[in-house]
Amino acid sequence: MAKTIVQEFTKGLWDEIPPFRLVLGLCPVLAVTKTVANGVGMGVAATFVLVCSNILVSALRNIIPSQVRVPCFIIIIATFVVVVELVMQAVAYPLFLQLGIFIPLIVVNCIILGRAEAFASKNPPVASIADGLGIGVGFTIALGALAGIREAFGAGTISVPFSDTVIQLFGPSFQPFTFMVEAPGAFVCLGLVLAIMNLIGK
Amino acid sequence: MGDYILLAVGAILVNNILLIQYLGNCPFLGTSKSMDNATGMAMAVVFVLALAGIVTWIMEAVFLKPLGLEYIRTIVFIVVIAALVQFVEIFMKKSMPALYAGLGIFLPLITTNCAVMGVCLINIKEEYNFLEMLVSSLAYPAGFGLALILFAGLRERIIIGRVPGPLQDVSIALVTAGFMSLSFLGFKGMI
Repeated sequence: MAKTIVQEFTKGLWDEIPPFRLVLGLCPVLAVTKTVANGVGMGVAATFVLVCSNILVSALRNIIPSQVRVPCFIIIIATFVVVVELVMQAVAYPLFLQLGIFIPLIVVNCIILGRAEAFASKNPPVASIADGLGIGVGFTIALGALAGIREAFGAGTISVPFSDTVIQLFGPSFQPFTFMVEAPGAFVCLGLVLAIMNLIGK
Repeated sequence: MGDYILLAVGAILVNNILLIQYLGNCPFLGTSKSMDNATGMAMAVVFVLALAGIVTWIMEAVFLKPLGLEYIRTIVFIVVIAALVQFVEIFMKKSMPALYAGLGIFLPLITTNCAVMGVCLINIKEEYNFLEMLVSSLAYPAGFGLALILFAGLRERIIIGRVPGPLQDVSIALVTAGFMSLSFLGFKGMI
């Protein structure tokens, strides 16, 4: 094995952090980062699906014929997305309503299919879990960070994930910069964060 | 009739799927580097989405709803879309080779294009009847095509221009998309 388990995990946190280094799965990144709570909730849901599908894909990697592997991967992923949908309806209904169609759309998130194809279908389960966790945690951090920037400027608040607490950042005279929480702000903000990442990387 | 026109205008401009609803952004950035690719992708999406919208709506109305199986909608829809894309590809290869030469390479990408799945889900979520569903399944991809082709035109110019180092490639493309999105946001007051 060329890399240790720890290396498989940590590569997702910086070297291959989606969506900044791997520009994949942009739809949820742009759509659910209006508030930190939504962003992190989405990240956790995607991480769960990613880790579970990585385990199953890697466990079945010698059984699935390579000609039909993509449909098989999609069905495995879809199964776990349904699990997430049902669990979320039960334990986090307000978040489920906020995220709306982006929960079922985890199924077409290219990051998850990409990891199944590029990593889990070629590596044993333990390494695949580390890879899935690393990429998933990286994705959650990225969503949280982007949401933090957008929410702080656009609404002047930071909402704490998995609770109803909302922290006011500025005094009462703050005028929210609503551009940031609208659609254009999402694109511009992600573009600028990518530019900063490039600047640091070089 | 007026309602359908409003729905169509709403889907193409006001709720543009790429720039306002943020669906289908991977192909938006991936295929917008040249006008030919953008046109091919746009056509392929219109073609597949019109079919997928009809098939998934019928699946929902005939199977999922009467049998109370709405909770497996995600699995059923993705399988239907994947099968449909495969079928369209085989059919096109045999009977429309000219069209296949243009659209062929984009077809496999469409399975994981969230715009297709997204519109199918929107059709169900908004509880559209058959005609409304038909209008929305044609108008949303038309909006996708419009935004994608306009954006490809801009991006071809940007590639020639001098862009500061860190902003190159995807970064400047996203910022440009942001300003396009801002102009589409201007349609908000129309309906």
